[in-house]
Amino acid sequence: MVSFRTDTRPILGRGPSVLLRFVFYALICFGLMWLDERRHYLEKVRFGLSAAAYPVQVLVNSPGAAWSWMSESFATRDRLSHENEQLRERLRDADLRLMRLDALEQENVRLRNMREATANIAERVVVAEILRVDLNPFRHRVIINKGAPDGVFAGQPILDARGVFGQITRAGAFTSEAILISDTEHAIPVQVNRNGLRTIAVGIGDLSKLSLPFLPTNADIREGDLLVTSGLGGVFPSGYPVATVKALKNEPGQTLAEITAEPAATLDRDREVLLVWVKTPPPEPEAAPAPPAPAAPEKTP
Amino acid sequence: MALHRMPMLISVVIALILSVLPLPYWVSVGRPDFLVVVVLYWAIMSPRAGGLLLAFLAGLALDAFKGVVLGQHALALTLVSAIAIKMHLRIRVFPILHQALTIFMLLVIYQFVLYWIDGASGHPVTTAWRWLPAFTGAALWPVFAGLLGFAYQRT
Repeated sequence: MVSFRTDTRPILGRGPSVLLRFVFYALICFGLMWLDERRHYLEKVRFGLSAAAYPVQVLVNSPGAAWSWMSESFATRDRLSHENEQLRERLRDADLRLMRLDALEQENVRLRNMREATANIAERVVVAEILRVDLNPFRHRVIINKGAPDGVFAGQPILDARGVFGQITRAGAFTSEAILISDTEHAIPVQVNRNGLRTIAVGIGDLSKLSLPFLPTNADIREGDLLVTSGLGGVFPSGYPVATVKALKNEPGQTLAEITAEPAATLDRDREVLLVWVKTPPPEPEAAPAPPAPAAPEKTP
Repeated sequence: MALHRMPMLISVVIALILSVLPLPYWVSVGRPDFLVVVVLYWAIMSPRAGGLLLAFLAGLALDAFKGVVLGQHALALTLVSAIAIKMHLRIRVFPILHQALTIFMLLVIYQFVLYWIDGASGHPVTTAWRWLPAFTGAALWPVFAGLLGFAYQRT
């Protein structure tokens, strides 16, 4: 079993001991971690590393991509016509709503002009694809196939067809890393669409659940309430659906209610997401009295 | 020498791919740390060709792929590789079950370092499931050792 065939160096005088070499590498690691985590000096290095990782990510992604291409190419006529019918139906519904939306948008603009306030409106949207690469089963992070050259930036909101999906944590050369709203390190400022009650929806590491931990037991919130982004915190544009309230639990002795909500976005099934560039509103005039409620803090990872 | 390292490098690249390959959630939770086991194998069988430098670079690659703080996997992997290199002559003559137990111990140390740095950098993952890869990695050690044995014959 013992073999030195792989090594042509002399047996004696092998250089520094394992311990010494380990200490050397360990010091490098500690240095890297310190520079990266505390000083954020390594953004350029990360940028390069993400570019180097790209070919492997594409390779890993390719079987899945090939499979979906195949199943799309060889889809049966039945399925396609069924899908077509469904899409037609949805388009009809959407058209109906859109007819009213135009009028409402005009009205909204007029009203806002009267108040001299501008809402932040999504300005530009780009479709990005999620690469089939597993990062960590305990963290809800994904890699998408758009990078900094496409204009992606850290903190950019991501939506899918049904609601808010997450935000970018790091933009690389060809790819970017995003955090889902269900990650335990993510929190998003929301408001109840029915009455404007503001709170924060926190991810709990479950793709089908968000938690609303900061509402008192007597808050006006019911099962089935739609939660939309409130626009506070300045990351997400306001008015996009985030989740629907699923369960309310009031413990008698507690001051805060235990509320869970179901994300509107299909976090576990999406292959394509929308990157959104938001037109930020001009800062409010100084003279305007500040609203009494403190702005919800945005936890950025 | 460069040619002799080819099987080692190929096995490391394959292990890297396996460690980010998309799998169903429940498989992915118990996914063994392929790259760690492969690096440990080479640390034991060929400590001078695949020594700490290999462990360090493989760890950095994992950091880059997983998008965590740079140096986290590198530190954990160099630590367990250093232990494996220190013990390599003993581990080689262990019976396979005994070897698997040693690998289990090393994988637990590896996970512990990751756990510690996760906590220290403010992204703790406290679920007990994170220790599962240590069990699966050790349980699959005979398979890894058998497969990598073929590659080792060619070095």
